Amino acid sequence: MSYVRELIPPQPAPLAPARPITGARIAAIGILILWAMLAAGLVAMVVNGWDQDKFLRYGPRYLNGLWTTISLVGLAVVFGALLSVPIAFARMSKNRVLNGIAYAYVYVFRSTPLLAQLFLIYYGLGSFKPQLESAGLWWFFRDAWYCGLLSFVLNTAAYQAEILRGAIESVPRGQREGAAALGLSKQVAFAKIILPQALIVALRPYGNELVLMMKGSAVVAIVTVYDLMGETRYAFSRTFDYQAYLWAAIFYLAMVETLRHVWAFLEARLTRHLKR
Amino acid sequence: MSGFFSALFGALDPLCGPVGIFSLFGSGTLVACGEAGWGDEIAFGVKVTISLALATVPVGLFLGFLIALAAQSEDKLLRLATGIYTTIFRGLPELLTLFIVYYGLQILIQSVLAWLGYEGRVEINAFLAGMVALAVVFSSYSSEVLLSAFRAIPRGQYEAGDALGLHRGRTMRLIVLPQLIRIALPGLTNLWLILLKDTSYVSVIGLADIVRQTGIAARVSKEAFFFYFIACLLYLILAMISSFGLGFVERWAKRAETAR
Repeated sequence: MSYVRELIPPQPAPLAPARPITGARIAAIGILILWAMLAAGLVAMVVNGWDQDKFLRYGPRYLNGLWTTISLVGLAVVFGALLSVPIAFARMSKNRVLNGIAYAYVYVFRSTPLLAQLFLIYYGLGSFKPQLESAGLWWFFRDAWYCGLLSFVLNTAAYQAEILRGAIESVPRGQREGAAALGLSKQVAFAKIILPQALIVALRPYGNELVLMMKGSAVVAIVTVYDLMGETRYAFSRTFDYQAYLWAAIFYLAMVETLRHVWAFLEARLTRHLKR
Repeated sequence: MSGFFSALFGALDPLCGPVGIFSLFGSGTLVACGEAGWGDEIAFGVKVTISLALATVPVGLFLGFLIALAAQSEDKLLRLATGIYTTIFRGLPELLTLFIVYYGLQILIQSVLAWLGYEGRVEINAFLAGMVALAVVFSSYSSEVLLSAFRAIPRGQYEAGDALGLHRGRTMRLIVLPQLIRIALPGLTNLWLILLKDTSYVSVIGLADIVRQTGIAARVSKEAFFFYFIACLLYLILAMISSFGLGFVERWAKRAETAR
């Protein structure tokens, strides 16, 4: 009978196989170098073209424009949310006329460009000056800012109504039935059972809509509102300095990325009870 | 031959042809065709809008496909590179992207030419700039759609391709791509409708699309509400036609699926 007298001495772990240099890696490095060159070019442009005078003249204007954009989008989204509630309920109602009207509203506002809607409200309604003056509404339609706000509210209400409707309809029937079995009234069941579940579903689309609105809000610059884009166009038309657009890009990207991260945090926080 | 085709398309022109809407109902009004009204100018704008959108899609889709392929590669650096691309172009307003491309390309070409010894003003085509900007935006959105479609295709499909002895290109072409198109079509339909609306931005850099042509008509004739209403109506009709057509394509793509 034979047995092992000495153990095999410990050996180092085998070497990891050398990573082959694939085409993907080469392409990745190429693209990253391209990005780095673009970033370096951007920095060089800012450093070389730095002009204290321009900075002092246009810097505060940019901040003003930023504030205009943020306030415009914030107000539009809030008012749009308010307007979207009746539309969403009309869209879910069994009354065919009501349903049809809400459907038509949503369809029209979602399938025409925001730019055309804005022009229709600002220039189009502006041509009814005498009637509007006699109705006492001219102060509203005279101002590009108000017209921009109105068109944004109408536009985002259509999108938000669809989001809300989809979210409410995504809550399973059993939830309603369960509430009814508990003897809850319809209103209480809606407020305490359906809506909280629906809003969790709607959270992500609402965030997307907010981002889309922020990006879409740049069109008000065309009807002479000095939002971030408007100030950019102003600065460019005065200086012919391409940096104007790059600064705007940085501001917009910063806004959108902030919003995205805030929203991701909110979602993680609000759905923590659903994690397993 | 080309004369025949142009005559055929002229006859079938839905706006200003012999049986077009404007020529049937618009004669004597502001939207009459020819010298009397704005019908033919608006019809030209419709053509520009449609051709811009149609020219953008293949470029954007091809770029988006490449980006989706890169975004699902195992290489970390490649994913990083595409992540930067999609983050930038999904975060910028389309209008700003358009301006950056329009003026940026101009400056770029001018500086390259100056470096080569040519000193002169260069103006790039608004159609080209619009196409590039819209294609870049479209590609970054479509890459997300295609990426999620890629993820919906089980690994077993690739393994089956390997088991059949197909090489990677053929697996992609014969097995993955048909399923990919079927899964991605609803998302791409949405993107097409968004693209159709985004083409309105090119009016700002002076391309004669629907919004610009109706805008000129509105300014000259002082009937702003009427003309911008027509613009909205035209976009609405285009959206209706495309959602009808794409619904047809979707049903065609799903013809092999059994009812479950």
